[in-house]
Amino acid sequence: MSETFKIMANIKKKQIYDLLSQGRRLDGRGLTDYREIKIETGIIDKALGSALVSLGKTKVVVGIKVETGKPFPDKPDEGVLITNAEFVPLASPDFEPGPPSMESIELARVVDRGIRESKAIDTEKLCIVPETSVFLVFVDIYVLDYDGNLFDTSALASMLALLTAKMQDYIVKENGNLEFKDELINLPIMDYPIEVTIAKIGDKLVVDPSLEEELSLDAQITIALTKNDEICAIQKSNLGTFNYEEVADAVKIAKKKARELREKFLKGYIANE
Amino acid sequence: MIDEAGFRFDGRRWDELRPIKFDIGMLEKANGSAYIEWGKNKILVGVFGPREVHPRHLSRVDKAVFRCRYHMAPFSTEERKNPAPSRREIELSKIITEAIEPSVFTELYPRIGIDVYIEVLQSDGGTRCASITATSLALADAGIPIRDLVVACASGKVEGQIVLDLSNMEDQKGEADLPIAIMPRTNEVSLLQMDGNLTEDEFDKAFKLAIEGCRKVYSLQKESLRNKYISLKEAINTEVKSEE
Repeated sequence: MSETFKIMANIKKKQIYDLLSQGRRLDGRGLTDYREIKIETGIIDKALGSALVSLGKTKVVVGIKVETGKPFPDKPDEGVLITNAEFVPLASPDFEPGPPSMESIELARVVDRGIRESKAIDTEKLCIVPETSVFLVFVDIYVLDYDGNLFDTSALASMLALLTAKMQDYIVKENGNLEFKDELINLPIMDYPIEVTIAKIGDKLVVDPSLEEELSLDAQITIALTKNDEICAIQKSNLGTFNYEEVADAVKIAKKKARELREKFLKGYIANE
Repeated sequence: MIDEAGFRFDGRRWDELRPIKFDIGMLEKANGSAYIEWGKNKILVGVFGPREVHPRHLSRVDKAVFRCRYHMAPFSTEERKNPAPSRREIELSKIITEAIEPSVFTELYPRIGIDVYIEVLQSDGGTRCASITATSLALADAGIPIRDLVVACASGKVEGQIVLDLSNMEDQKGEADLPIAIMPRTNEVSLLQMDGNLTEDEFDKAFKLAIEGCRKVYSLQKESLRNKYISLKEAINTEVKSEE
């Protein structure tokens, strides 16, 4: 998704700006409306958990795998979360095969930050033998169709995949080996972060930019919120700037939208606390 | 980490910066350069350009290609850092580029490249902020037209308190970190990241504190640039006099 290939007709850009000055958007949405969101979980049997989320025409599938491995030396009694994003070439004419692009690394790290900083996964429960072996949780983001706002789509798909993931129950034997049982258990999930991306186009803030809006925007900010409405991650990305008031407004909008999305799409999967 | 009298482990108050020192133009071959010492952070920045873009197909007809590369030396951290660029360094390179580019008149240099190389020689928390602050000075030193200096500073939450300019230990053990960059003339925020846990009110307080921190660093930044040209002017004057 090198910037060189991003092309946007000036006339369309102007249309987006003109419509926004009347409070309207190219696809008829309100400024704080998401495109239609469709979710499907458990679509990949080989993964412990999986989810396909489409946000308008953007499609992302996330698969969860769990393996055993060594903990990090500075956190010897905690499991490890590893998030990776693949921009597969069939998702966009601008994606090419090859090593991960800056954009895919940023996407993976921003989704990772939302999950990690909200403590969505209770990593202490993923310890098998301190300093020797822990569970590694892999969150693999696979972009299938790119029509804007990969952050929110991927974060929602990741959370759905984690919430629906089932691993085999186990007991830790005296020698530290694992003995797996037949029953399946949920992953230890403690929070349900939602990421909300807001674009600044002209002097307007709009939620969930489409690809056409992404190519015309002045600046973009992604805000992750926990189940208690606390901010757990922020990333301003793309060129362009915000002023103080715009950031404060964006936080307010994100808070409201995160609550709506959590209620609508995650609630059914959250075990009673 | 904050004692009863309100002092942090390194003796600072909640709203105090670590000591900051700049040096400008000490690299011979780079078109512009700057060195910053911010607490224990030691960072060197070299600017190359305006020059040809490599590889050529990346060049643009409407503006310069502006690229920053953030890189940490293997000896800059507690444990040796593998010199191959990590995912963290790649992300930081991207967001540092995006924080600085709004200040550069890239439209003046179509088909041209401006490359910034940032080398962290020693790190102690807040390297992205120090890097941005030094990069802006290096661009000024290279004579590249900019709208304003970009200046960065972080705030965060440690033991429930909002504090300015977190050191590495405070970042590791604290509850939140909020690095920002601004262009002080227009108050535009060109970098904004956060990780940790803040309520809306705490975020507002931390955000304001970070802006205040940026303003303090900005005056140091301007002063160092001014001093460099005063010393240059004096050097020229003495030379002229000795020739007379």
